[in-house]
Formats: sequence, structure tokens, C-alpha cells
Amino acid sequence: MPEVASQYLPILLFIGVGIAFSLIFVGAPVLVSGLVGTAKPDAAKLAEYESGFPAFSDSRGQFDVRFYLVAILFIVFDLEAAFLFPWAISLHWTGQAGWWAMMEFLAELAIGLVYAWKIGALDWE
Amino acid sequence: MTYTGFFQQYLGQDWGYFVATITLILLIALPVMLGVALAVYFDRKIWAAMQMRRGPNVVGPFGILQTFADAAKLFLKETIVPSGANKGVFIIAPMITFTLALIVWAVMPFDAGVVLADLNVGLLYIFAVSSMGVYGIIMSGWASNSKYPFLGGLRSAAQMVSYEVSMGFILVTVMLYAQSLNLSTIVLSQQGNILGFLNGNIFNPLLFPMFVMFFITALAETNRPPFDLPEAEAELVAGYQVEYSSMAFALFFLGEYANILFMCALTSVLFLGGWLPPVDWAPLYVVPGFVWMLAKMALMFFLFAWVKATVPRYRYDQLMRLGWKIFLPLSLFWVVVVSGWLMFTGHFASIPR
Repeated sequence: MPEVASQYLPILLFIGVGIAFSLIFVGAPVLVSGLVGTAKPDAAKLAEYESGFPAFSDSRGQFDVRFYLVAILFIVFDLEAAFLFPWAISLHWTGQAGWWAMMEFLAELAIGLVYAWKIGALDWE
Repeated sequence: MTYTGFFQQYLGQDWGYFVATITLILLIALPVMLGVALAVYFDRKIWAAMQMRRGPNVVGPFGILQTFADAAKLFLKETIVPSGANKGVFIIAPMITFTLALIVWAVMPFDAGVVLADLNVGLLYIFAVSSMGVYGIIMSGWASNSKYPFLGGLRSAAQMVSYEVSMGFILVTVMLYAQSLNLSTIVLSQQGNILGFLNGNIFNPLLFPMFVMFFITALAETNRPPFDLPEAEAELVAGYQVEYSSMAFALFFLGEYANILFMCALTSVLFLGGWLPPVDWAPLYVVPGFVWMLAKMALMFFLFAWVKATVPRYRYDQLMRLGWKIFLPLSLFWVVVVSGWLMFTGHFASIPR
């Protein structure tokens, strides 16, 4: 196995252990309460929580479009941050050319940020 | 003989590796869960002390077993899955949160060479896994099919992704100095980095503002006060976890505190010099690096608890304003400042190509 790839095998096993732990944590109480007899579901208990009232509308109704906007802005800027990672650690190698290239990219990104700011995409009054 | 080799001589090549790795994983996962139990206890104790209360003091000596009693009680409770919920997603959501909160620890170096997976892209891995943490929350909010969890899930997801962005830029400023994504290399790059005898990026005037911002970002990422909007109990009851009960609820709780502890550990590694003593002085290296690491994590956790006890909650628009209009431009600008400083003062000249 290549040296680099072998470092990821413990992580795969770790994911397995994490899933096993969470399966036990979720599954065991279901078994225990089933055996002990505390599991007594009824209609009122299984209804969704709404301060004691019956729900008077669908919970998945409209929601503020700004959450959607935040998600889109996140994709833009998070990808941007991920782009910066390899640039940052190879800056001693790429030298000034690499630095100026990234400054130009960041300047364009800053224009995007200013635009989003100006049209009020970042406002939550 | 290596640890893995010891198992391999009895169990053969593959099984030996498997068993050795699983024991190492448990050696991380179980102390993390134990640490969570203690962290919850100390959190409540510190919070109580600052409000001139006693805090938990009944179960066990000084109440130290309180968390275990709570866990045992939760374990024996009935698991309620609401009739309107999407049952599969509803059950999977806390499992995702918990699993992700555990697996980030895979790349955390606790001492020199004491790391499960010494990835050359460790920080990128952490960045990726902590971005995925949003899934557990938004899935739980959606699958509950109830109004409070839905709003709480939306709020929490928007909050986490907003601060994820500036966190990425803050990480960039640190890795500019270390010129590496590997956490062990980042720690070693801090040895005597300031004035030749101080270990830690926090002593660097250019990185100290980043430390403060990283700490605040970590508070927002882990939904801690003053940024605990998703579970603002006055408005949303408990946010995305309203419909959860029994251990499914406890998994969210465990995941949340495991993430807080992880943020403490990450701050220690990035800014406080990880397992190195704060001063590069030979007698201090007598203390094992592991102890320094734990001490720094404890210090960071105390800061987390201190903030929780003293600062009132933000309003949602203030929270988003801080994230997008202050932290994002500031951290972006700071990437330019730090990289420009390193570029034009000849910091990179000493590093071999």
C-alpha cells in the first residue's frame, strides 16, 4: 500500500468505530426500554411539540429566503478558502509571482463581497 | 518493536494491523467521551461558581459523577420518534453529528508522534469534517417535522456555515507561517518562533488578533453562548433537538461537547504551541508533552465556560453581521497582510524549495 494512502486507513476504521458507537447508543435504549416496559407510545406523545396545541399548519412551510442566500455565499467563499490552502503552503516555492496572482484573485473576490454587501445580501435587519 | 508489530506477530499481518488500530482508536474515542463527561461537569461547576451557586454536588465526591448519573437516566428513557417525522433521517441525524465529532480527533497530535493518522493534509481534513457537521443539524431539523426544530436547524446551519468561512481564512494565516497542513509540523514550527524562546503563535503580534478571532469563531461554530441562537430556549425551546429524547438526544449533547473539546485542542495546536511548553527552556521539557497539551486544552475550556457565564446572547442579525461584515473582511485582509509580510521580509528565503 502506498505510504500516503495507508494514513487514511485508520480514519476509515475510525468512521466504522464511530458508527458502531452511535448504533449502540441509539439502539440499546430502544431494546432496554422495550424489555423493561417504559416504551408506551400513544398519539399525544408522538405528536410534534407545539406548546401543547395541535399543530395548526405544516411545519415545512415558507422560510426566509436569506438562509438560502447565506448558503450560496458560503459555497463561494468556502471554496475560495479551500483554494487558499494549497497556495498558502506552497508560497515559499511559488514566490512573488504566486503572491501577486493570488492578490489579484482576492481583489476580484473582494469586489464580489462588496457587491453582495451593496445589494443588501448580508443584511438581517 | 512497534505497537502494531506487537499485534502482528501474534495475529498475522492484516488482523494484527486491524486489532492494533482499533485499540488505538478506542484509546482516543473513550477518553474523548470521558473527557466530555468531565467537561460537562466542569462547565456547570465554573458556571455555578461565577453565579455564586454550588453547582452539581450530590452525586459522587463534589458531584463529579453527576454527568454519569444523567447519562444513565437518559439511557433508561423511552426513545420517542414523532409520528410525523421522517424516521430514518430522524435517527441518522444524531449519529452523523456524533460520528463526525469523534472522527476529527483522528488527526489530532497529543504529543510528539502520538497521532492516529498523521495526514499531510490534516488541517484540510479538519476543515472538511467540521463543514460536514452541518448535515447532522439540518437533517435533524428537517426530519423532526416540527416548527421549533425546523427554525433551529435553519438558524444553526446558517450560523455554522457563516463562521466556517472566516475560520478557513484564519487557518490560512497560521499555515502561511508553518508552510504545512500537517498538525505536528505546525506545532514544531512554533518552537522558539518568537524571540527565540517563546513557543506559540499567540505571542506573534501578527497572529494574536487571529487567535482572538479564532476563539470567537470557535464559540460560534460550536453553538456556544453568546452564539447559542439555535437553542435559544426563550424563543425556540431547544432548537433542533426539541423532538429528541433518550440517547438520541444524548448523542447531540456528546457531539456538541466533543466538538468544543476539539476546538480547545485545535486552538492549542494552532496558537498555543500544542505539546510544547510555553517557554523554550530545557527544564520545562521534563514535563511530558501530553500534560502540556491537556493543560492548554483545560485553559481553553475554562475560557469557553467563562464566556458562557458572563456574556449575554447575541441577536440573530448581530450574529450574521459579525460573521459576514466584520470577521470575513477582516480575516481576508489579514491573509493579505500576513502573506505580504512574510513575502517581503524574506521569511520564505530560509525555507528550502
